[in-house]
Amino acid sequence: MLFEALTLQLGYNATLVAIGATLLGVSAGITGTFLFLRKRALVSDAVSHATLPGVCLAFLLMASFGGDGRNLLGLLIGSAVSSAIGLWCLNWLTRNTRLAEDAAIGAVLSVFFGFGIVLLTVIQTLGMGRQAGLEGFLLGSTAGMLWSDAMVIAAGGGLTLILILLLRRPMTLVAFDPEYAAARGVPVHLTDMAIMGLVMAVTVVGLKIVGLILIVALLIIPAVTARFWTERSEHVVLLAGLAGGVAAYLGAAISASAPNLPTGPIIVLVSFALFLVSLLLAPGRGVLAAVLRHRRFQRRVHLRQGLLALAQGQPIYEKLTLRLLRRAGLVRADGVATDQGKARAAKALRDERRWEIVRGDQTHEAAAALYDGLRDIETVLTRDQIAEVDSMIGGPQGVAV
Amino acid sequence: MTLELATTAGRIAEPASHENSPLCVRGLTVTYGQKPAVFSVDMTIEPGKMTAVIGPNGAGKSTTLKAALGIIKPVSGQIQVFGKPIDEQRGRIAYVPQRASVDWDFPTRVIDVVMMGLYRELGLLGRLRNRHKARALDCLSRVGMRDFADRQIGQLSGGQQQRVFLARALAQDADLYLLDEPFAGVDAATEKAIISVLKALREAGKTVVVVHHDLATVTEYFDNVFLINTRKVAEGPVETAFTADTLQAAYGGRLATAQVEQLSRAVG
Amino acid sequence: MSGEEFVPLSLTPMLIGVFAAIACALPGNFLLLRRQALIGDAISHVVLPGIVVAFLLTGAIAAWPMMLGAAGAAIVAVVLIEAIRRLGRIEPGAAMGVVFTTMFAGGVLLLEQTDTSTVHLDVEHALYGNLESLIWLDATGWSSLLYVQALMHLPVELPRIFLTLIGVSIFIGLFWRALKISTFDEGFARTQGIPVNALGMALVITAAIAAVAAFDAVGSIIVIAMFICPPAAARMMSNRLEGQVAWSVFFATLSAVLGYVLAGYGPLWLGAYDAVSAAGMIATVSGLILAVAAKFGPCRSRTGAPQAA
Repeated sequence: MLFEALTLQLGYNATLVAIGATLLGVSAGITGTFLFLRKRALVSDAVSHATLPGVCLAFLLMASFGGDGRNLLGLLIGSAVSSAIGLWCLNWLTRNTRLAEDAAIGAVLSVFFGFGIVLLTVIQTLGMGRQAGLEGFLLGSTAGMLWSDAMVIAAGGGLTLILILLLRRPMTLVAFDPEYAAARGVPVHLTDMAIMGLVMAVTVVGLKIVGLILIVALLIIPAVTARFWTERSEHVVLLAGLAGGVAAYLGAAISASAPNLPTGPIIVLVSFALFLVSLLLAPGRGVLAAVLRHRRFQRRVHLRQGLLALAQGQPIYEKLTLRLLRRAGLVRADGVATDQGKARAAKALRDERRWEIVRGDQTHEAAAALYDGLRDIETVLTRDQIAEVDSMIGGPQGVAV
Repeated sequence: MTLELATTAGRIAEPASHENSPLCVRGLTVTYGQKPAVFSVDMTIEPGKMTAVIGPNGAGKSTTLKAALGIIKPVSGQIQVFGKPIDEQRGRIAYVPQRASVDWDFPTRVIDVVMMGLYRELGLLGRLRNRHKARALDCLSRVGMRDFADRQIGQLSGGQQQRVFLARALAQDADLYLLDEPFAGVDAATEKAIISVLKALREAGKTVVVVHHDLATVTEYFDNVFLINTRKVAEGPVETAFTADTLQAAYGGRLATAQVEQLSRAVG
Repeated sequence: MSGEEFVPLSLTPMLIGVFAAIACALPGNFLLLRRQALIGDAISHVVLPGIVVAFLLTGAIAAWPMMLGAAGAAIVAVVLIEAIRRLGRIEPGAAMGVVFTTMFAGGVLLLEQTDTSTVHLDVEHALYGNLESLIWLDATGWSSLLYVQALMHLPVELPRIFLTLIGVSIFIGLFWRALKISTFDEGFARTQGIPVNALGMALVITAAIAAVAAFDAVGSIIVIAMFICPPAAARMMSNRLEGQVAWSVFFATLSAVLGYVLAGYGPLWLGAYDAVSAAGMIATVSGLILAVAAKFGPCRSRTGAPQAA
């Protein structure tokens, strides 16, 4: 069953949903990256919750004019309008009052959502009842989706992706370095609005598949995941798109393969699994790599400090330093330096003197900037330069024992 | 510098207590990520003196202070305050953070900020009495801010905010005062007011340590200097430790030769 | 409206709403000032997986296991957010977004996989509760307040949320000074020997307990609204922390009472005959209060230099 789902053999609708979800996942991953890099990830939470009143009002409006209240396109237009109003409120609050953005986000999302709930109960009490199926927008529901709905989603996902491709240059510039972008003549404010517009588009298209509570996951998690693997901006964007697309495709397929596997939550959980792997195992920014690096670094600091203390005849208090020195065979168990320890200590101290000269000398400014207390001087200066520095210190000094 | 290796086991022992020093730091290393901000620094502050901590931007001045106070966690290092671990001596230290480190839009008045300095005295639930309020007002008078007691803190100028922070430190009635860049971006009147308060503290036998960035005023304001650039460069009385050589060593190429000459003339 | 009608049908839901609103608004003040306002959002999302897991473990819908499950989930979420933020060096908002959506998704999935047809446990209920159903059938009027027999049959949510409110108030009162100092100036607080990290964690746990107790009665959407809207509106009214907290309690009370009345009686006045969601209406009213305060509040604009990033 899962195999059939993965190879798109579960019928026309399921295939359309899977394609739509994948397009949506790619769009969400990319759009979310811009949002994440602007440090406004949770704005999407406000935007998505703010869609609810719009959905309900659109339903009421369409129904009261005698149309079909469930027309997906109409509902989505309504959701777009109300999330735009929510976004406007959010921006107004942060700009004109002393509230920070996080408070404005919380206020908008809870109030709009609360009002949406009121409208939902109104719809219920008007006798249109549960058959309106608007609850489906909370958590998404692809089961029993109409062919026309699936088309709307697939088309919406594709359209959003095209918009992203058109706008990628200015958005990348603004997301990574707004000041530089402004200097280059990119309209920063307008681009920010375009990013928000795309967030709204992704949210609206995703409403039916993942639901308004979980759509924010599609915008945030792939971007965060991608960030672990690369420092280069274009790559973050591409990887986030890939992570989003893969998660959405796998999620849609898994969900179609068996009953009781709701699409939205499955997509989110697959997305999280990708995140978790990246958090732990990514080279460079991953946790495992960082732990190993930090331990190595801490040992180097302690060893170096211990050697300098030995060279200058200062007592060593830190137990870890002593243990490391002992393990390296640089001091004996009673804390006295071994011959090797004395030699290494003298070298460390001499390097310190060399660094002192280098850092006090304007001609070596570039090398001096690399000083961090640990770097071996041989890695920044040539043999000749070191000899020159040494001549300023004087010949190797004997170490009194 | 004599090069002498420790040859007796007795040298590697518990640190001798520096009971005379209000603040004694040994082997302090602090890193941000992989880059050491402060590397293996020793510092011994002399009691009853005003000491300036000096060094180029990013040299680890504030970091040293924050690590000494236990605000940030060092990779290694020992810190003693009046010969004891800092946690036993919290009541004897007053700290004035950088002005930019807090949100001045916080809903509170000037007098409330000063009374925060009484926290250790009042504890969690101690009643705030009239004498406490009187003391806070007195501290505000000493920095020339008595008339601003009921203002919301966001309505003050930068210099006024700095003076409020100083008043809070005064309310602590400590023996050791640590100030992080108190003169950064303040007006001349504030600088004058602050320095006269600090000098009065010294007259009263207190110890004052200031992270300072204005080399031109060092000789005028301070008794001792501590020069740092990731590592300690020099430490001691202004006359011996604040010289063209030590400045060159601390600032390297970053200080123009003319500047150094001018400063060393000021040093005398 | 007579006592015979008001006391059994409206008094208890209204009181529960008011207590829940205040219990959330109190810690909300500090979360707001610490730029942690959205912790409330995160907590209220993870309550769902918490109660589902508790249901799976105990196999029954009972108040205490569910509250413990929800509280446990809240603490797990807070720890996870902190861990991901630090380990992955990710900004707090994004870390929060990762954690609460994932846990919520897990909760929904578990719920779908479990046969809950026999019990009243669904996502909608978790989101907007059922304040209207918390009635006091044994009451016959105001005089019932004096009869032990009738008081015994108060809805259990009432004493529970009341005790939570007392607990939250005691925490805030006891640590008022330390909370204020560490919220304003964390570095200084550390030099004063205030255990800043532990206190911050205690504040979040207090908020979580308030959220869980309130959630039990009124659903999670109200919880987010009450964490943020009354304190945010109060922020526009006063330049002193004491004043801000007092205003926030007033606004929380006003939202709860007004919201409940509008939800229950508003449709009747408009000629309809069914009430609308009280939880949703309370959130809506708190938003309207915030809007008015943001437009006209005496202290609505920023003071002081913008904080260095």
